[in-house]
Amino acid sequence: MALDAADLGPATALVCRECGEKYDLGPRYACEQCFGPLEISYDFAGVSREAIEAGPRNIWRYRGLLPVPSNVESTPNTEPGLTRLVRADHLAESLGMQRLWVKDDSGNPTHSFKDRVVAVALAAARELGFKVLACPSTGNLANAVAAAAARAGIRSAVFVPSDLEQQKIIVTAVYGGTFVTVRGNYDDVNRLASEIAGEQDDWAFVNVNVRPYYAEGSKTLGYEIAEQLGWRLPDQIVIPIASGSQLTKIDKAFQEFIKLGLVEDKPYKVFGAQATGCSPVAAAFKAGHDVVRPVKPATIAKSLAIGNPADGPYVLDVVRRTGGAIEDVSDAEVVEGIRLLAATEGIFGETAGGVTVACLRKLVSTGALDPEAETVIINSGDGLKTLDAVAPVVGPSAEIAPTLEDFRASGLA
Amino acid sequence: MSTVSVRIPTILRTYTGGESEVKADGATLREVISDLDAGYAGIAARILDDGGKIRRFVNVYVGDEDVRFADGLDTATPAGSQVSIIPAVAGG
Repeated sequence: MALDAADLGPATALVCRECGEKYDLGPRYACEQCFGPLEISYDFAGVSREAIEAGPRNIWRYRGLLPVPSNVESTPNTEPGLTRLVRADHLAESLGMQRLWVKDDSGNPTHSFKDRVVAVALAAARELGFKVLACPSTGNLANAVAAAAARAGIRSAVFVPSDLEQQKIIVTAVYGGTFVTVRGNYDDVNRLASEIAGEQDDWAFVNVNVRPYYAEGSKTLGYEIAEQLGWRLPDQIVIPIASGSQLTKIDKAFQEFIKLGLVEDKPYKVFGAQATGCSPVAAAFKAGHDVVRPVKPATIAKSLAIGNPADGPYVLDVVRRTGGAIEDVSDAEVVEGIRLLAATEGIFGETAGGVTVACLRKLVSTGALDPEAETVIINSGDGLKTLDAVAPVVGPSAEIAPTLEDFRASGLA
Repeated sequence: MSTVSVRIPTILRTYTGGESEVKADGATLREVISDLDAGYAGIAARILDDGGKIRRFVNVYVGDEDVRFADGLDTATPAGSQVSIIPAVAGG
């Protein structure tokens, strides 16, 4: 592949997080020495609040902090990001909290935070000479990849577990492209994708062989939260954990903003949220382990159902370093969390959002999280994609005839 | 002695002369990796850490089973098994 011509912006190299081995930028994702994950290193220049504020109203306002070309906005992409940060006073009140915000990432083009990571992966994949945009997915990523490829005018190849929610199947299929359901769970699909990536040289599996670039897209969540709070960091943040990448990248974003002097250096605590039916990172945290033992997932929160989370050990590092905690909640609590967020703030989150809200509630009740301190939680996707989760427990208040008499008789006035 | 087929990830193909799938002998995964190293010197040290355990960021499968859910390096590898070595850094 023609790497000489590649423009990856401020990115300078790939460095192994485990052993420190350094590599030239390219289509690599695992260290040749130890299989450790590769992380992008940068040489930032010309990044200021003013430059960011003058940028486009999407993630490309942060292009000077991402491994993407300087003209990234000029190629067709879904232009995700700058989703709303909602002041959640009613939810706060119901939980006995003072100052709570919801970063509502359901507002992205395909209704989840995955548009962020895919946009960065697409930009890097183009530069690295890949021809096909591919992924294994629990659903949200499938939507995002299929849409981004359609917008970019390239082929997509998407692999999902065959038992995925019907809504996520349909909203992926509608974009066209190659779309394969696999008889297995997400970890099986992920393994298959890794094997296919070893055969198909020009397929960019966004979260496999271009993962170092892809994962950086989640930093934009952290940048936006800080910018939308008026260029400052929250005291506490609660983030759902699937692979764990989103959590570690939001922390990375906060750290970069501190180092670049864009926000004041202050302590903040990072909390993780999992569903009990797939809680390997919460289990490791609670047991005091620094390795994560893989599990076989069994939860309605399918977008978080990664039994073997690649970034689990780094999540543990971040949470412990910042003085946070990792909590997990039952499926019933997840459903309750979805309803609570919807009923208090008018935000219909998907199951991952329910996990986060329910974990927030639990963290407050255990005292791990300070209800007086300013807190941000992430709603990473749209409830319309996981209707099955709440369909059995919500419905109309009554059915009546189209007459005033019937309305009066219903006792709803 | 049973012969199995081993799928080699891209980053280890420098050891196998570019081959993506090779044969090895052994009744357990431990023996298979040892035999693999006899044919492709140095490859075992990429898969196993200094303590002889499977590296944190390597997933090894015998058939469909992640060996971490089975008996680790002592997982049986019956004749004709498919062993896959895969970087764990993916997903999500």
